[in-house]
Amino acid sequence: MSATLIELEKTSGTEPAPAKLPRRRLSRRALLLLSAAVVWIAGFVFLHGTGTLALPTSELTDLHRSLNHFNSWVASNRDDNPVFLYLLSPLRSAVDAVAAVFTTVFAASSIGLGLPEIGWLGTVALLGWIAFAVGNARVALLTVAVFTFFGLQGLFVEAAHTFALVVTAVLLSLLVGLPMGVLAGVSGRVEKIITPVLDFMQILPTFVYLAPLALVFLIGPASAVIATVIYAAPPIIRLTAHGIRGIPENTREASDSLGTTSLQRLFTLQIPMAKRTIVMGINQGTMAALSMVTIAALIAAPGLGQVVVRALQSLDVGTAVNAGLSIVLMAIMLDRVTTAASERALPATQRRRSRVSRRTRMIVVGATFALVLMLVQLSRTMLWAARFPQEVNLGPAITGGVDNASEWLQTHLFLLTGAFREAVTLAFLNPFQTAVTETPFFIMFAALALVAYAFGGWKLTALVLACLTMIIYLGLWGDAMVTLASTLVATVIVMVLGIVFGVAMGRSSRFDKLMRPVLDAGQTLPAFVYLVPFLGLFGATRFTAIIAGVIYAAPAAIKIMADGISGVSPTVVEAAVASGSTPWQVITKVQLPMARKSLGLAANQGLIYVLAMVVVGALVGAGGLGYDVVAGFVQSSLFGKGLAAGLAIVFLGILLDRITQAAAFTAPSRSLSTAQPTTTKEA
Amino acid sequence: MNSSAISVRNLWKVFGSGGAKIPLDPELSALPSSNLLERTGCVAAVRNMSFDVAKGEVFVIMGLSGSGKSTLIRCLTRLIEPTSGSVSIGGQDILQARPAELRDLRRQKMSMVFQHFGLLPHRTVLDNVAYGLQIRGAAKNERYARSREVIELVGLKGYESHFPEQLSGGMQQRVGLARALAGDPDAILFDEPFSALDPLIRRDMQAEVIRLHKDMGKTMVFVTHDLSEALKLGDRILIMRHGEAVQCGTGDELVGSPANDYIADFVSEVPRSDVLTLKWIAEPVASSTPGDAPVLSSATIIRDAIHTVMHSSSPVLVEDSGTITGQIDRDSILSVLRSTRAAA
Repeated sequence: MSATLIELEKTSGTEPAPAKLPRRRLSRRALLLLSAAVVWIAGFVFLHGTGTLALPTSELTDLHRSLNHFNSWVASNRDDNPVFLYLLSPLRSAVDAVAAVFTTVFAASSIGLGLPEIGWLGTVALLGWIAFAVGNARVALLTVAVFTFFGLQGLFVEAAHTFALVVTAVLLSLLVGLPMGVLAGVSGRVEKIITPVLDFMQILPTFVYLAPLALVFLIGPASAVIATVIYAAPPIIRLTAHGIRGIPENTREASDSLGTTSLQRLFTLQIPMAKRTIVMGINQGTMAALSMVTIAALIAAPGLGQVVVRALQSLDVGTAVNAGLSIVLMAIMLDRVTTAASERALPATQRRRSRVSRRTRMIVVGATFALVLMLVQLSRTMLWAARFPQEVNLGPAITGGVDNASEWLQTHLFLLTGAFREAVTLAFLNPFQTAVTETPFFIMFAALALVAYAFGGWKLTALVLACLTMIIYLGLWGDAMVTLASTLVATVIVMVLGIVFGVAMGRSSRFDKLMRPVLDAGQTLPAFVYLVPFLGLFGATRFTAIIAGVIYAAPAAIKIMADGISGVSPTVVEAAVASGSTPWQVITKVQLPMARKSLGLAANQGLIYVLAMVVVGALVGAGGLGYDVVAGFVQSSLFGKGLAAGLAIVFLGILLDRITQAAAFTAPSRSLSTAQPTTTKEA
Repeated sequence: MNSSAISVRNLWKVFGSGGAKIPLDPELSALPSSNLLERTGCVAAVRNMSFDVAKGEVFVIMGLSGSGKSTLIRCLTRLIEPTSGSVSIGGQDILQARPAELRDLRRQKMSMVFQHFGLLPHRTVLDNVAYGLQIRGAAKNERYARSREVIELVGLKGYESHFPEQLSGGMQQRVGLARALAGDPDAILFDEPFSALDPLIRRDMQAEVIRLHKDMGKTMVFVTHDLSEALKLGDRILIMRHGEAVQCGTGDELVGSPANDYIADFVSEVPRSDVLTLKWIAEPVASSTPGDAPVLSSATIIRDAIHTVMHSSSPVLVEDSGTITGQIDRDSILSVLRSTRAAA
């Protein structure tokens, strides 16, 4: 990076070149990184196989056993410990009660025939009507179509369970997130406290929330909802705060000059002007919630996630695809409806002119509500409207079709997919994994410490060493290194994709327009469903998890790179072209160096996403920490190890996040430290 | 000075940590800006400023960008908290005002018009104008009635239900003006209100302000970086540089007797014959001047005297409140015109 910088300075110098240019030298950072590589390779070559700290799958350390004891202690003391008695258990009951309300209404009542309170017809009608009221007729139709299709798939009840949990979680997230977001938006101090917490929550893979929550709140809907709230509230808080902070200073000043109190300012200025961003936060929160609710199937959350998990575990591709399709459709529907709602939140002038007046709309909304009530009543009286008719079940057809297709692909394309898989695994994955896992831990310590020191100095080195020590203390060094190897391999592929597509998109707005909807769609899907098609193609291996991780992480990395490249000032690019650079030179000497912050950011996001996916990939055969976590859910004797693995994932995540963040933000550029006058405003 | 609407004494605004100590420190407070920044990391945007604005006066604060004029006008209603000094409005020291009192002052006595309008994009023109009244707690009917009046006053009748972004810049600023007028404040503060507008619209808006001032006689404090705007609107003009007042006076005082080279340079391009009055070029009455020579008031602008002087065979006498104070002749007029041309 610094080398290109030097070159950039050389080529862009307008002064006549001095007679003797200083010889290009490696920067200190490059030297440090190089020595890290040397330490690692030398350590591997001479000492491989020693000090690997590998722990066989079924073996436990003392720590794992004491965590197991803790688990049984919690189980036996749940009813008399005051913390549980007065705080956690009531919380659990309250969340359970809210979840039960929605579940009973949409999915199944716990008594009698187990029919939903408002039947499938009532549910479809009511949800369609809500989509119409908050969005428009188009998304209402989509909602009706999607929910009817769930019925045709034979998955209406499962889908309704998932939906009920999502609704519960989103409502609770709003309850928590909106006030916190407003506070963080209004007060700089609150924001300063909240931001690192949110950052931290964001780097945690969805997976790792589950075990500790299941420990405290037992498995079931309550834990699932609480995990989901923890995962879905951060984007709501963040975007609410962002929306309020983004209000132009002059508007705020103008309202202050009229003598607004802070409450008046909040309700007449800040919330109305941030409304759009807040609704976008609700959109992101909803998508996050769906993602988490499906994964929470691992702690017995009912719904589509369970179908997928069960199918993945028995390698039943057809069923997994059928349920995965439902999840995708639900994601699309939730995304469209909340996006339509955010468009409705635009100031009237920026909205597309609607053909109907506000009054007509209100009348239609009212009239259709009457119809909804009728259909709900019908559903409560007629069985065919209460339970989705079994006669029109397309589920088996879809499942069978997919099974056949998968079988066909596996047999006929095996030459292609199998060869690809084996080639990558043998040429790339295995050697790299061996190089990571077979190297003694102290060598890895030294190498990673050098990398950390190169990017972030002593502070980062200390943090990285602390994280590594914790992983060793947790007794999962070997598994952590397996996960690390897979993560790094996938991230390298993600970065290649990110740079290639990002540069292409950044340079051509047409390509950008073509790609962006695809990437957006890719980002809205829950992590889980990525595994399904690749399971069909590649079977249950580590490779499947890596490819799923790459596909999951690539959209984020590509978008960040594209934004970085197109963010390079056009004047600079013009100047480079005017001085006779070839396109290749423009890319390598101007655009990529100038977008190096995005490069770091893309690597950072790529790593976080890949890590999340590689861990979930345990469900289809990836080993490492993810496997320990999943095994911990299934076997109570492995509970402690699973919990420890969850923690190890956290430390691995922190380590990777901090190093890449440091690499992104301390990129060797002269930082302009202008003394910004700080304005103290009358509060 | 009880008759003054706004009275500012020893006002300081220092940005940066530890800025509060600087006005008290005789050594630091005397440092020029660049040394101050180097020594303390602080920026003194307003230094030791004192002036009075009379009731009904249009007081212009003028300076180039970075001179501290926008900071100064914000200090008048504490949108920016001053570091030290006093600002009294209608006899009340607002730096001592509690938040509720300050809000009351902003609601009732002072309103402000901003460079970038500061309109609320999610509200219609009518609701924007009514905003200040709503904040005060005025009933809907009352505030809409009043807002409609003001909207008509600024010439926006018919646009009540438009949103700000559907209007041109000039019209948006009329909304800003209407919002400031709606609360019927004693004084209006203008922070470079027309800088973002194109020249023709700017001229219209200046005329609008002059008209409103004539009709309503409100005290106005007007910040601008445009000298011709300052001369056109200002009863008195305060010129600022590096946070300090360089000179304060009427337009013809600034042009006729600039306090230093900076002001002289500043006003050098002003057509002197358009700004100076006869007072500035009158010479002692010569004995040869006939007693029945034409008489002009000393407050006459030179340009307006050209015709009389050129058509009189003798020098023209200049009177000031009934007494003859001097005389002017063709030569004195011509020399002003020549210097004007040379400057232009």
